[in-house]
Amino acid sequence: MTAPDESDARITANVLTGFLGAGKTSLLKRLLALPSLSGTAVIINEFGEVGLDHLLVEAIDDDIVLLKSGCICCNIRTDLKTALLSLFERSRSGEIPRFSRIAIETTGIADPAPIVATLSADPMLRHHFRVGNIVTVVDVPNGWSNLDAFAESQRQVAVADRIIVSKSDIAPAEDAARLRSRLEALNPAAEILELCEAMQPDEALFVRDIHDISARGVEVTRWLKAATHTHDHHSHPHHNHAHHAHEHDINRHGDIRAFVLTGDAPLNWARFGLWLSMLLNRHGGEILRLKGLLDIEGNASPVVIQGVQHLIHKPMHLERWPDGVTGTHLVVIARGLDPALVERSFRAFNDLAPLAGGLAKSA
Amino acid sequence: MCGLCGAFGGSDHWTGGSAATATGLTPAAERQARARIANQILKPYGLTLDEWAGRFTLRARNGKTAILDHFGAIWPEAEKLTGRTFDPLDPVTLDRMEGIS
Repeated sequence: MTAPDESDARITANVLTGFLGAGKTSLLKRLLALPSLSGTAVIINEFGEVGLDHLLVEAIDDDIVLLKSGCICCNIRTDLKTALLSLFERSRSGEIPRFSRIAIETTGIADPAPIVATLSADPMLRHHFRVGNIVTVVDVPNGWSNLDAFAESQRQVAVADRIIVSKSDIAPAEDAARLRSRLEALNPAAEILELCEAMQPDEALFVRDIHDISARGVEVTRWLKAATHTHDHHSHPHHNHAHHAHEHDINRHGDIRAFVLTGDAPLNWARFGLWLSMLLNRHGGEILRLKGLLDIEGNASPVVIQGVQHLIHKPMHLERWPDGVTGTHLVVIARGLDPALVERSFRAFNDLAPLAGGLAKSA
Repeated sequence: MCGLCGAFGGSDHWTGGSAATATGLTPAAERQARARIANQILKPYGLTLDEWAGRFTLRARNGKTAILDHFGAIWPEAEKLTGRTFDPLDPVTLDRMEGIS
């Protein structure tokens, strides 16, 4: 079982996203059939007048609030907030059963970042809800072409904590492998799982997240593995600084790149906060996801930090450094930013010596 | 409302840290220490940050002042006070930060 932070009684909100036809609602139905997730309320963001997906999840009909007026991005401060608070109040008053978790299914073309923004920035919502795993579904038959054609599809993958590769049973095995490699490169910090219609998802998809103290170490270790992979790949002698824009750069997808900032000396929290808030003030829209471990002056144990676009969550404590890991490792997934310039800025503002020979560890 | 400046959120902005980043100082001493550090970066921009009654004041060289709840509001307010933009990826800024120029 999990061990959520006992000081945090908020309801976890999971965001379920994925492109049109990827299988979001099917996955949600299967997840909600699990006894451990039966106390989950659902918000579905629909396009159009007829909520077809609503019919598919009719078993939880009472707990559904449909956002009828279009894309969730346009309704960020109103519909979603109203829907969340309405569910919360109805649950508290006994009108609907109490729920311990909420799943927000986005429209196929939605960028999930504004949902996270709504949950994180509004004080009332923030008081009642916390952002849990962002789960993105990508189907093998159409996922590759959607990533090629739609920036929204790339963004959905870039912000994910868990990526579900669906419908691999109705596509050639090599297509699934190829798609998986692309997803890994686009978001090296996410866990990627293959799940066909016939397969029962694990509750962990929603339940095990960074808020769960017992899972935090495992979660962070996966981020750092991603960091190591990215580092190793780009530390290869044939991938020096001059080759960053090379077409074989596997961490480059259109303008989206994953790269890692590392610090070899402890950071001052105030300096780091000032630098990151300065970066986000100018480039928050381009930073799709950021997560990692910080070595902070005066703190023997590591500090976990993560955010989506310009929303950074409160730093969390990790009891001990993962085996073999020391120093700051920050995985950044960004669109249109030069990793070398971000690394240079990170080091300059945080009083770290410039890297000898230029950038060695970013994409 | 912008999630960046956290105007909704008051002083529990992420830049305020948490138990994970606590230094053992009192909250007031902590804010004063943080303001001192921030001024090392802000001074070349003609900006001064002071701890003030649980919050911060940000002063520009032109005399304009803003009251801030947290560090996340520094840069948006600095841009309003000065009419300039502050980009940490600006090469000239980086040259200066690295002591090259």
